[in-house]
Amino acid sequence: MTVQLITESLAELRFFKNMPREHLEMIASCASPVAFKKGDFLLHVGQQATHFFAVREGMVALEMEAANKITTLQTIGEGSIVGWSWLVPPYTWHYDARAVTPVSAIRFDARSVRGQCDSDPAFGYDVLKHFSHVIVERLMNTRIQLADMYH
Amino acid sequence: MFMTNGQVAVRPMAPVLGCIRQRRRETHDTFTLAIELEGGRSFPFAPGQFNMLYVFGVGEVPISISGNPAEPGLVHHTTREVGIVTGAMRGLKPGDYLGVRGPFGSAWPVDEAEGRDVVIIAGGIGLAPLRPVLYHLMDHRERYNRVTILYGARTPEDILYSQQLGRWSARLDVEVFATVDRATRAWHGNVGVITTLIPRAPFDPKNALAMVCGPEIMMHFTVRELHRRGVTSDQIFVSMERNMQCAVGLCGHCQYGPHFVCKDGPVFRFDQIEKFFSVREF
Repeated sequence: MTVQLITESLAELRFFKNMPREHLEMIASCASPVAFKKGDFLLHVGQQATHFFAVREGMVALEMEAANKITTLQTIGEGSIVGWSWLVPPYTWHYDARAVTPVSAIRFDARSVRGQCDSDPAFGYDVLKHFSHVIVERLMNTRIQLADMYH
Repeated sequence: MFMTNGQVAVRPMAPVLGCIRQRRRETHDTFTLAIELEGGRSFPFAPGQFNMLYVFGVGEVPISISGNPAEPGLVHHTTREVGIVTGAMRGLKPGDYLGVRGPFGSAWPVDEAEGRDVVIIAGGIGLAPLRPVLYHLMDHRERYNRVTILYGARTPEDILYSQQLGRWSARLDVEVFATVDRATRAWHGNVGVITTLIPRAPFDPKNALAMVCGPEIMMHFTVRELHRRGVTSDQIFVSMERNMQCAVGLCGHCQYGPHFVCKDGPVFRFDQIEKFFSVREF
């Protein structure tokens, strides 16, 4: 898949809405398409966060093992991002991510994206704004979950 | 005898005798009673209305009607055991009696929703007051544009009417999305708060009408997410819950700003109550 095709593909995803075309092309230059079968792991807790994903189709579960039980913390669907630990040192994953269904995704090389962010501050700020939104949203959702609102 | 959809009740404070014909366990802490009224009388009601159910010698509580408005023979109520009265109600068996006053209150805007995308958003037991709407939508599907059901529960085991949701989900003309706050790998659906379903739900915000029912905190975040999606407050309806006792706007226990929830609600268009909705302890 060419950079142009990946750019078009990214432009259709909710996460990249409002990202200028030139920034889409920059981040697309660090990306490649990837597919996972149901049950495949996209990433494992403790491993280096060398990449992250934008989900085009399918569902991914963020999982954590605690007290000998695997708990699904959250599922991530079409148009959303899997992984933001690549942005924050020490660049290691905090959870496992597993494909609940067959998943089609765009995989980004984290080191390349960080390099682009360092060399082009406008691009870096844009990427940071987009990922801040993901981080804040997940923090908010976790707080709502902690409120145990159905009881 | 009863107050129905704007009609004035002749004797709204006098309960009639209801005999429990069926009792169904829904989840570990919720159950549905099917009640036949004295003399087998018919019981017309509008989706969203509630009854006052009296457990003799224990007390009276407001419970929304959860049955099919097109089948007014038996009155269905789904409730959760949360206090003394609902605890006693849980112990009732087929053949036992209770007192019934109603139906009371305002209704979901099923007529206003015709020709539009309808988004039903329920959390936990909040699906019960919306089930009559769903029956109505399914019975008159051709009158509505897209129908989307978004449902959130604590765990997969807490999902209310799971078989019915499954049947509606199997229809090609209805979209059902369920999510739970916590799950193990045995659950293959969404995990996360209900608000995460709204950005990807298939509806046109300009032409949608949303009906929301659940705990107030859930409705608060849901409305915020609907606003972000472009749905305006006059396109959103919510069902409020307060301490309703007389059910006819006399006692004042359920006063909510200039409204009485029992009489003016429980279903409100959101712009009617928006300025009170986020006020702490209001």
